[in-house]
Amino acid sequence: MAPSISRRIEEDAPTVTFTFEGQTIEAKKGDSVAAALTAAGVLDLRSSVVSGESRGIFCMMGACFECLMNIDGQPNRQACMTEVSEGLVVLRQQGSREVDL
Amino acid sequence: MTASEKVFDTIVVGGGLVGSAIAWGLAREGEKVALLDEGDIALRASRGNFGLVWVQSKGRNMPEYARWTRKSADLWPGFAEELIEVSGVSPDYHKPGGLHLLLSEEEREETKALNERMSDYYGDLRPDTVMLDRKQVEEMLPGIGPDVIGGSWSPHDGHTSPLNLLRSLHMANAARGTHYVSDAKARKVMRDGSGNAVETDKGTFRAAKVILAAGHGNKPLGAQVGLELPLIPEKGQVLVTERTKPFIPMPLHVLRQTDEGTVLIGDSHEDTGFSTESVTSVFTDIARYAVRCLPKIAKLRVVRTWGAVRILTPDGSPIYDQSESHPGVFTINCHSGVTLAGAHALALAPQLAAGKLGPEFEAFSSRRFDNGTVHIAAH
Repeated sequence: MAPSISRRIEEDAPTVTFTFEGQTIEAKKGDSVAAALTAAGVLDLRSSVVSGESRGIFCMMGACFECLMNIDGQPNRQACMTEVSEGLVVLRQQGSREVDL
Repeated sequence: MTASEKVFDTIVVGGGLVGSAIAWGLAREGEKVALLDEGDIALRASRGNFGLVWVQSKGRNMPEYARWTRKSADLWPGFAEELIEVSGVSPDYHKPGGLHLLLSEEEREETKALNERMSDYYGDLRPDTVMLDRKQVEEMLPGIGPDVIGGSWSPHDGHTSPLNLLRSLHMANAARGTHYVSDAKARKVMRDGSGNAVETDKGTFRAAKVILAAGHGNKPLGAQVGLELPLIPEKGQVLVTERTKPFIPMPLHVLRQTDEGTVLIGDSHEDTGFSTESVTSVFTDIARYAVRCLPKIAKLRVVRTWGAVRILTPDGSPIYDQSESHPGVFTINCHSGVTLAGAHALALAPQLAAGKLGPEFEAFSSRRFDNGTVHIAAH
């Protein structure tokens, strides 16, 4: 994990823990998954569908679809629009979602 | 000398898919073209389009329209290739053939009869549309729902990205020296010496010829030059899903997968005036039908929806005409600006450059609505 590029303005919310790729992440209640991972120094959230390169947060408000992750078994979820909850299982998304026919 | 004082060979009113395809076609013929566009408040059917280049059911009420559509589909591959070369932007055109899924015996009988009728329309152009049974459809498109009993497939059908096509046409126009003016809503069309002039919010432009390609704006402009157009606004709504790996190998009449991986699902035909409002009940019907076609898409999240106002004539076929009171002023009106883009740029524009529509356009004249009896378009 890279050193964090950001810091929290407020630290007083209760702590919530979830996992990212099996690692336990401490977040604050009300954080989005993207915000909690950013605070924890996790920047690489998925690989690009086209080039395979790393992708991470960009708009943080639901518009750009850069922060797509696998959250609780569901691919293509916007990490910036998903609130953390206790025990959430978050995975880095590899390429694009597949539809099984 | 300001732009508005320059004299052009042709002024094209309307910077959507119809106007920009014709403007590029004219510039390609060596003309000096002014392309006058409205601002962001324009209804802009081009930006709400689904993106089908669709042949198999077009022109069911008019053989000339069926053949014109087919001609455009035949021109499309070369048109797309040249656009990429000139503009550097790909319209993402693909021609894998298109599939109309049939979900009832009644629909199968209707489609079969339509295909037979249209086969006569094409004359020596082979229509090649084939009726498929369920098993044949399943081989082409794995994952169809239990309600699908068969399909109608045409090798001439394809799809494109309307947004990239519009951008590509605008870049190609710029590369060919077309003078593009935005926020120049046309207010008045008038005679000007031996030529014509268009009064806009950005000044007055003069040219020998004026092509009206302003969508619903053609109605008030046409009325000034004796071209009464019975244009009808028709709303279509579209749903867009999240991106996935490619799994729909060809466009269906109600859904297609884009190069970006999203699935577009449409489309409705609603009589709600000029409203572009999104309506949940309509989306529900659209989604329900698409899920009957391909059940697995039910798992995909819908990330955007939109409504757009399209252009419809009473019989569903295009109107191409020249003004009698204002020679050199032409009106271009159609529902299928994407499908017809190839023909507009490469077959219609050369005739417009020559200042005359050939005899094959007689059937498309607005005079066909003069006696007041109109056939309601069937989709």
